[in-house]
Amino acid sequence: MREYVKRIVLLSCFSLLAVFSYAEGDTHSEINETLNNTLPAMTQALIKASYKEKADIIDSIAAIEDPNKLLILQSLLDNKLYYQKKNKTEGNNHKRILLVDMSLVKSGKPNAMLDAFDQQEVTGLSKRAVKRIGVNNALRRNLRSHLSLLKITHPDASTRIAAAQNLLKDSSAIDLKFIEKTLKKEKNPQVIDILKTTRGLMLLKSEQATIRLLALEELDGSLYPEVRIELNKFISAFDEDSKKQRSDELKLAEKTLADIETLMTYNGYAENLYFGLALGAVLLLAAIGLAITFGVMGVINMAHGEMIMLGAYTTYVVQMLMPESIGASLLVSIPAAFLVSGLVGILIERSVIRHLYGRPLETLLATFGISLILQQAVRSIFGPLNREVITPDWLAGTFMVNPGLSLTYNRLYIIIFSLVVLAVLALVLKRTLFGLQMRAVTMNRPMASSMGIRTGWVDALTFGLGSGIAGIAGVALSQLTNVGPNLGQAYIIDSFMVVVFGGVGNLWGTLVGAMSLGVANKFMEPVAGAVLAKIFILVFIILFIQKRPRGLFALKGRAVDNG
Amino acid sequence: MKSILKRTSNKLGKVSKVLAVATLAAGISMANAADTIKVGVLHSLSGTMAISETTLKDTVLMMIEEQNKKGGLLGKQLEPVVVDPASNWPLFAEKTRELLSQEEVDVIFGCWTSVSRKSVLPVIEELNGLMFYPVQYEGEESSKNVFYTGAAPNQQAIPAVDYLLEEVGAKRFVLAGTDYVYPRTTNKILVSYLKSKGIAEEDIMVNYTPFGHSDWQTIVSDVKKFGSKGKKTAVVSTVNGDANVPFYKELANQGISSEDIPVVAFSVGEEELSGFDAKPLVGHLAAWNYFMSADSEENEKFITQWHAYTKDENRVTNDPMEATYIGFKMWAQAVEKAGSEDVDKVRSAMYGIKVPNLTGGTAVMNTNHHLSKPVLIGEIQEDGQFDIVWQTEGEVVGDAWTDFLPESKVLISDWTAPISCGNFNTVTKSCGGPALASEE
Repeated sequence: MREYVKRIVLLSCFSLLAVFSYAEGDTHSEINETLNNTLPAMTQALIKASYKEKADIIDSIAAIEDPNKLLILQSLLDNKLYYQKKNKTEGNNHKRILLVDMSLVKSGKPNAMLDAFDQQEVTGLSKRAVKRIGVNNALRRNLRSHLSLLKITHPDASTRIAAAQNLLKDSSAIDLKFIEKTLKKEKNPQVIDILKTTRGLMLLKSEQATIRLLALEELDGSLYPEVRIELNKFISAFDEDSKKQRSDELKLAEKTLADIETLMTYNGYAENLYFGLALGAVLLLAAIGLAITFGVMGVINMAHGEMIMLGAYTTYVVQMLMPESIGASLLVSIPAAFLVSGLVGILIERSVIRHLYGRPLETLLATFGISLILQQAVRSIFGPLNREVITPDWLAGTFMVNPGLSLTYNRLYIIIFSLVVLAVLALVLKRTLFGLQMRAVTMNRPMASSMGIRTGWVDALTFGLGSGIAGIAGVALSQLTNVGPNLGQAYIIDSFMVVVFGGVGNLWGTLVGAMSLGVANKFMEPVAGAVLAKIFILVFIILFIQKRPRGLFALKGRAVDNG
Repeated sequence: MKSILKRTSNKLGKVSKVLAVATLAAGISMANAADTIKVGVLHSLSGTMAISETTLKDTVLMMIEEQNKKGGLLGKQLEPVVVDPASNWPLFAEKTRELLSQEEVDVIFGCWTSVSRKSVLPVIEELNGLMFYPVQYEGEESSKNVFYTGAAPNQQAIPAVDYLLEEVGAKRFVLAGTDYVYPRTTNKILVSYLKSKGIAEEDIMVNYTPFGHSDWQTIVSDVKKFGSKGKKTAVVSTVNGDANVPFYKELANQGISSEDIPVVAFSVGEEELSGFDAKPLVGHLAAWNYFMSADSEENEKFITQWHAYTKDENRVTNDPMEATYIGFKMWAQAVEKAGSEDVDKVRSAMYGIKVPNLTGGTAVMNTNHHLSKPVLIGEIQEDGQFDIVWQTEGEVVGDAWTDFLPESKVLISDWTAPISCGNFNTVTKSCGGPALASEE
């Protein structure tokens, strides 16, 4: 009944609009009039409609022939379809429909607002004068499947792949013939694969048992998550009677599912390994700097986490300074963060730490104090709220190994980045004069000093180097987690854990330590849960340190004794 | 003799000095009592919780300023006393004692986390203070000295799950939370509620993570696997604070969109979203009693006032701010009604007090010290605001003791005669209830 009333209301809406447009038709051309009766009129109806009514309107928009409908539907999906709140100057209830890009409006750039139908720029409207036509999840899904049908013939292959994936997700609205027709024309192997899977899923719902059996064979070994969803549905739909009657089908379906699950288990191992390496890379980045300040110099630096935080805030500031190019700003922030954190590190070393060499307890307390000072300083300057660091597009998304295993790009980049940082650092230590001096000073200070090395400055620069690398870690972490005053706190314990486990004073130890802790954590997590996994790791390290107090790769010789 | 005289006069002098100081002090405190009403503000301004609580401190100060412009209360000006418990739970108790016994405040607005509230409780009950608590919480509590203006579970969690069951059609649930008292209690309630709605044990996955958890890869991948069993899956998130950003980022990175597996969160509001790029979150849900996007005159006024007070057009408003607003307005009304700022008189005057919600309708203070207010579901938008997609019909009465746990089902709270008890057992007809929750 309610549905019926809504229909009537909608119909009368349309007819009213038609009347208005008819009244206008006197002055406008014939073409304009037909336009008013179709896409623009329906778009008008969207303004007042409830979410349920909007679904009907979207369906009817998708059904009409209009070159503009793709743009309108896409804008609606992208939250770019707006209307002007107050313009009834034309003597009817028509509101002007606009395509608005709010980010352009905020930065005051041209072409921020366009008329939805003639694409002419509209100026002189503030952001409060327009209101967005909202969509919810159900509508978004609906829009996406309509758009996919339109885009499956798009010339660009990646657009077609995305469209095909959407069709796979929601195959209920598609015509089987349409898929066959598209398959014939399609050349891209990936699109063909996805469409064939889609066809298989559709055939699974067929009335004929033979077709269903064929579909099951077609689906064997397919790793798309949708296939598992549909197979599970298929199997759970069997009741006692049909289990007996169609036992061959059930058996085949169960076997197909079991095959896929086996493949997925291997995928699961690969995924866990990747997750572990990614976690290890984060630990490595956080710990490398500490491997120098704590590992090489022996300074228990509780402010290490805050150096990471400073790096993350530097990323934020750089991004504020160059809002045009988010991607480039990230690259600029790497040296910037190194300098900022490095200089702060040198300052701390010169003003506080150098007076406390050989007094570990006082160093610990002093650096802990510094960490609190830095946190509160950042809180006073930037405020207590987290800051927004935008992720550039090339860092988002996944790299598809197979349909059931996708690796996220941001983690992939961080793994590579952490290894590059480690390699560069190793080079600096092994191949440069500064590296040589640094090693000399840590091994035997009086001797190095008598050779003419200014040990004081080497200390300062070493501390600066360690802090600067912590700053670089901050750049990477800003892409993964919150940029806030407490960022560093979350990583300080983990960093010490890695350095102690890997062996104090050894970069390779840090690498192996970080990666093995990361992988161990990730393989334990699905079994034990995140909280317990972390506890197990800590217990393991405590036991390990009892057995090997100097960590995995202990340095031998005088350096250790001189500490 | 001389010396004796001298000594006596000395003594006299001392006595008179002491007397003078005493009368002076009395005079000052009397003058204070006559001129101002002291309002304590107990929100962390440093430490981890500063991110959320500083906003509430500013809200209270803004409300006090506004009230003072109107001439204060009972002809007296309001005087804010701001202390900083520094996100340190035991310090909350100490600061409460300081506010009540040294500063002698008449009312306190404060606390965010449940553990800070629990640490304040014994002090405020001992010294008979009055506190307004403005944050959604796990329920299972009703203190004579606290008014809870945030949501109880039945004003946030239960309606949100109803929405998922009825509107989204979810059949499988992941309950993900941070490992502490609020998520654990809420999830306990939700599991028993979901079972009562016919959801099977194997269709519920409960997962806890440490505070500030930043590596969500495995959990998100598990959610993905859990969601590929052929039934519509939804995530109910009680993940707290900072851990949310990496959680949502990981969801987006692993390609889980709100259309496939929607996440409904109880701790993500406008303030949290203003800290990051909301693009990957579009379409995920949150359940609150207030959204900044609510279309009402009161809300428009409140936002304008907030922007003017903070001198920042971009500051957002959120649910705990509305709860603070309602709490403050109610207290002010109750003081006027009682004609006194005395704690006991104000408390009796509080029951039945009505204040317009910022989202429309009116909030009412019930005798169980909880509010009746509407519940809204919003979808996250690209600009970090919420689009309200669903709303309860009318107001929901806050329930101090949930009906979905066997041990608290039998308890009710009513602070008016003849019950006058926060945990009255309807079976044994006695006050006290089972010794659980309030000690938890």
